[in-house]
Amino acid sequence: MRRSIPALFASRLAALGLVSALALTACSAGSSNSSGGDAAAKDTLNVALTGEPVNLDFTTTAGAAIPQAMMSNVYEGLVQVDQEGKIQPLLATEWKVSEDRESYTFTLKEGVKFSNGADFTADDVKFSLDRVKSDAWKNGLKSKMDVVSSVKVDSPTQVTVTLSQPSQAWLYSMTTLVGAMFDESGVSDLANQPVGTGPYALGEWKRGEAITLKAREDYWGTKPGIPTVNLRYFADAVATTNALKSGDVDLVYNMQAPELLSGFEGDSKYQVLKGTSNGEIILSMNNKKAPFNDVRVRQAVMYAVDRQAVMDTAWAGLGTQVGGPVPTTDPYYEDLNSVYPHDVDKAKSLLKEAGAENLSITFSVPTRPYAQAVSEIVVSQLKEVGINAKIESAEFPAVWLDKVFTKHEYQMSVVLAVESRDVLTMFNNPDYYIGYDNSKIKADAAAADQADEAGYVQGMKKVVRQIVDDAAADTLFIFPNVVVGKAGLAGVPANSVTEALSLSGIAWK
Amino acid sequence: MLIRTFVNLARFVVSFVVASVLVFIVMRAVPGDPAQIAAGENATPELVEQMRREFGTDRPLIVQYWDWFSGLVTGNFGTSYVTRTELTGQIVDRVQVSLILVALAIIVALIVAIPAGTFAAVRHRDASGAVVSALSQLGIAIPGFLLGVLLVAVFSLRLGWFPSNGWVPPAEGVGAFLSRVTLPVMALAGVQAAILTRYVRSAVLEVMGEDYLRTARAKGLSPLQALLKHGLRNAAIPVITVTSVQLAALIIGAVVIERVFVIPGLGSFLLDSVGNRDMIAVQSVVMVLVGITLLINLLVDVLYTVLDPRIRQRTNA
Repeated sequence: MRRSIPALFASRLAALGLVSALALTACSAGSSNSSGGDAAAKDTLNVALTGEPVNLDFTTTAGAAIPQAMMSNVYEGLVQVDQEGKIQPLLATEWKVSEDRESYTFTLKEGVKFSNGADFTADDVKFSLDRVKSDAWKNGLKSKMDVVSSVKVDSPTQVTVTLSQPSQAWLYSMTTLVGAMFDESGVSDLANQPVGTGPYALGEWKRGEAITLKAREDYWGTKPGIPTVNLRYFADAVATTNALKSGDVDLVYNMQAPELLSGFEGDSKYQVLKGTSNGEIILSMNNKKAPFNDVRVRQAVMYAVDRQAVMDTAWAGLGTQVGGPVPTTDPYYEDLNSVYPHDVDKAKSLLKEAGAENLSITFSVPTRPYAQAVSEIVVSQLKEVGINAKIESAEFPAVWLDKVFTKHEYQMSVVLAVESRDVLTMFNNPDYYIGYDNSKIKADAAAADQADEAGYVQGMKKVVRQIVDDAAADTLFIFPNVVVGKAGLAGVPANSVTEALSLSGIAWK
Repeated sequence: MLIRTFVNLARFVVSFVVASVLVFIVMRAVPGDPAQIAAGENATPELVEQMRREFGTDRPLIVQYWDWFSGLVTGNFGTSYVTRTELTGQIVDRVQVSLILVALAIIVALIVAIPAGTFAAVRHRDASGAVVSALSQLGIAIPGFLLGVLLVAVFSLRLGWFPSNGWVPPAEGVGAFLSRVTLPVMALAGVQAAILTRYVRSAVLEVMGEDYLRTARAKGLSPLQALLKHGLRNAAIPVITVTSVQLAALIIGAVVIERVFVIPGLGSFLLDSVGNRDMIAVQSVVMVLVGITLLINLLVDVLYTVLDPRIRQRTNA
């Protein structure tokens, strides 16, 4: 076939047309994906965070990103924790604890409405707490409600929760996500449509970009300082600070690259907050597997690792030295740094005593910035005492959860444990991946939980000291909560003492 | 022509089915369990088991595969159990973002590469041609993300001409769209322009050695006239081949640039989905990519026949 020139031309035109048609349809493309805009407006706050939540339903999905965005903002509990770690009223105006400390009677605030317009009543408290114990909740944290035996509605504004035994930890748990209040008609699509009593409601979620929270007009308490908040998610820390410098975001919360701070410190346009968090960097040793089933080898590691040097090198010296697996904001915190000072000779002699000279171990390091930074200096310090650690990268969370956490196929690992008051979760369970033999603390931990407040604090201190004496794991440092923001912002929470990033107190000056 | 089209279509179908099986198997072979990730660090084994039942990942593999594949051929990707949203809308959104980004980058790259490559070929014995060659060599050596970071450092942070990251679709404002898309397109196009320049140069060089070009010169055409009239169409074939391969590779390869500039494209979506072991999402995105690649190949095939009468005639025989 020989086509004429015009025909040939026409077919080329057709091809061109196809391309331009594609381009045209593309013009309306991705319209549900816009973001950015100018951050200049004072009724908007753009916050940079790392790691987008996969969905918004923490009742069925684990991960720190969901409660960080949802708790305190969209959801509220009966009680809350203040910046000093003390329990304060929230949806409950007050609560009475019975003589035997097994039942709690909460008086509820009146005039509280959910964002779907429903009234918040005692029925919702019963619904929410019963739901945690039902199959509807699938987050592993639900076990914190195991101690609840019944929830009784006394009146629309009063509810009594009965525990199977006294528990100091339970009321604290009520400040976390397991204590979030839901409305029965609002739980059909929690993954995309959260309904809570909080100061904000979900405006829009452009996946891959930002979650927009809108201040509620009908909120029962103090109106938030800024009506619209965009939580923007970035893959890496450099992009967050770039966005701050170019004005695309106003605040970088829980910044993951302390070495970038120098660009902001001393600049009057910015404020830098170095708060604390309840996350511990835990250097874990598989207590059930050789060589770390020998307490002397674990203690040798505790002496060998210079925790201050690790913190200085890996995280620009930001963080807090504690010496035990308890953050400074917990009531039973005490400084245990002196138990295992940096002592190479002692480490060597302990290893010799254990017959574990010239050890070779595998160090499973999750693919997270803090873990990679920490692991290299730990490896070099271990080498000084004759432990040869080989780094093996474990994709986080998928591979780490599978191999290290679930199958316990590891010798040494390092992870940021972010859950609040998690010392018993980590050490009072021999089937946990750390594999600590809890026989020496089990009774004490139970007694502490059932004691009064003073007894609880004393008892827990004893438990923690035992854990540290047994060198169950090395707490390298408490992770700092580094916040960088525009100087014009007031009320930015410096400490991350809960799982939530509470936004309602932030305002433009 | 008909037979060629038929063969192409058959190849399309077979490739598609084989790819679907492969990606399904690969996603099952990598360690990591979506149920475990969703249930989290405090989950009991019973809870994880319950989660698997809900996700449907406890069913026989063949059932899971058929469930997904039968939806796929009807254009329904299903619901991701990890994100609990319909995948189709999300993927369509992401594909559009990626296509805009990549198409613009390739267009910019071609606009640079065709004249630069032709120049380098025509002047290949001069210093000026060698300089263009050397520059393209250098361009290939600079990774796209590094170029991206440099562009942000200079044009966004220092000069403040462009925002450092983010995405605004064209429909929401052409100005805002252009200001945000310029730097990522430049970062993507830089390397591509360098690669394509080299291909254009060698294609043009080859054509310049052909007898027909000498004949054309003998008829009295100037070197440039001869090249434009008789050479370019012949030189276009290998360039189109390379461009199509780059285009397909770039849709996913752009992920690095998407990360630097925080653009919600298909690459980022795929990376996040792999991280969460969101099997259905990963499988579906890969199949979309396979579809796009095969479609590009089909289109290129048509383009060949348009450009080269010999291919057209061979297929008509």
